[in-house]
Amino acid sequence: MIHPIPSGTRDVLPDETREARAITDALRGVFERHGYGEVYTPALEYESVLARAPLAEAQPAYRVFDEAGEVLVLRSDMTVPIARVVASRYATVEPPLRFCYFAHCYRGVAPARGQPRELLQAGIELVGAPAPEGTAEALTVLCRALDATGLKDYRIGVGDASLYPALMASLQVPENAREGLMRALVMRDFVELERRLHESGAAPAAVELLLEVPQRRGGPELLAEGPEQAAEAVTGLRRLHELLEPGVAARVIFDLGLVRNIGYYTGAVFDVYDPALGAPLGGGGRYDDLLGRFGRSLPAVGFALGIDRLHLALAGEERGTGALLAHALGSLGGDGELPGPGVGSSATRGSGA
Amino acid sequence: MSALGGLTVAVPRGALFDDTVDLLTELGVDTGELRTNDRKLLFEDIGVITMRPSDVPTYVEAGAADLGITGKDVLLEQAAQEGGWGSGPGRNVYELLDLGYGRCTMVLAGKAGPDPAAEALRRLGVMRVATKYPRIAARHLEQTGRQAEIVEVKGSVELAPLAGIVEAIVDLTATGTTLRENNLVVREEIVVCTARLIANPVAHKLKAAAIDELQRRVRALPVSGGAR
Repeated sequence: MIHPIPSGTRDVLPDETREARAITDALRGVFERHGYGEVYTPALEYESVLARAPLAEAQPAYRVFDEAGEVLVLRSDMTVPIARVVASRYATVEPPLRFCYFAHCYRGVAPARGQPRELLQAGIELVGAPAPEGTAEALTVLCRALDATGLKDYRIGVGDASLYPALMASLQVPENAREGLMRALVMRDFVELERRLHESGAAPAAVELLLEVPQRRGGPELLAEGPEQAAEAVTGLRRLHELLEPGVAARVIFDLGLVRNIGYYTGAVFDVYDPALGAPLGGGGRYDDLLGRFGRSLPAVGFALGIDRLHLALAGEERGTGALLAHALGSLGGDGELPGPGVGSSATRGSGA
Repeated sequence: MSALGGLTVAVPRGALFDDTVDLLTELGVDTGELRTNDRKLLFEDIGVITMRPSDVPTYVEAGAADLGITGKDVLLEQAAQEGGWGSGPGRNVYELLDLGYGRCTMVLAGKAGPDPAAEALRRLGVMRVATKYPRIAARHLEQTGRQAEIVEVKGSVELAPLAGIVEAIVDLTATGTTLRENNLVVREEIVVCTARLIANPVAHKLKAAAIDELQRRVRALPVSGGAR
């Protein structure tokens, strides 16, 4: 007999579990070696507590009532629960604090497109370590963790969540137009962005820049070109780049248009890409204001990886396919735009993760 | 390197096909076989795969093609509903350029003469609307404050009001000829749709130089680039 399970969820059987376990063991080893202690938190939280965080698109989707009539939600990520833990359980402990987790999170996505509503995430949170040093540490741990799983060709897109708002402010875009522009950028709709820019009442030169800057992505050389109107964000990225060891720096693609659709990010943000998969494997960034909302104001940074996606990317690399995106390897090595995929991995491995 | 800089492009069969092939030709792609062989799907040597327009976002999102060309109507229909389940960005693709061609209007239309939809709303509180675009139709009627029952059909939408199962349709029209021939009139224009260039988010980062170069060349073309 076939008994149904909720759409967007699935059973994981021994063969898959064995492979996923190998991935999580590799990640856990790296996290532990870098001093990140593993934590568990309840899958259910009070809605009123999680609501302290501006989650934007990552809103919890499942709600239940407990016997006292309180609204409980299934957590949609682990960053907010860990912010709660830091404020309530580590209220007086001297930072920096380092945590890692392996936990299921729940999202209200459309499972018709193969997206899970229950996803296993692995990640770290580094609390009390400001930019750029803390960010550099997180990126280093991220690269070592991915190297330890055996993933070869990954790249990390790095941008800054404050860049575009700063650019809009200094170019004097009327305030009532800014939210719509930001929304178009989050939706990755450059056609809509251009249309809204032309309607925004901003000066023509400003429109040009606001359309062109978020399409800049590439090596560290693009950070030398400004834009001076968002100097703080660009300088921050440049200082971050200076702190990265060569093996990590070789993995980074700077992306001035990178925005993440989770509301709490404040500074550097990142996405993990692999040519074997059409979607990011994970991402993260700085959330320097989030802890303050829980009563212990500390700068923080973290990332989360989707174990299923990481597994898919590893399998894709192994098969040498990854749909037609496998051609990416050719173009990466060929046009000299980025260092060859082998360089970063061997260098990072050589540095002893 | 090929005319597309080693990129793979998902090309829509159907109404957008001819203009898209013309665009590829202008970009220097050898489209001879693409024009003549309408059974073949995969043209690996020129970096083209062909499919229904509504499948283009699916293949681009999955990374099977780096870029794709499809109508804004397809993108709007596949975008998630605002609020509630699956809110936020719909398809996880970048919308890079308005290519200008394939211009159509999404309209709400009904039988000529006294509007049966108005009467239905007044007397029954709900209007019935047939469409191939249930999400666009539902969103438009919701945003304009009308209760509607959406009837999804796959074939000729014009039949539904003539057969009396609905009071209005939501459909794409280029010239309005089909509507006129069936004694239907446009009541409202919902949105103008043109062909769009979309990109896979990972390819957009990992193949940035090739994608930017192609985008620059498309913008520089007199027809599509200038029509934006």
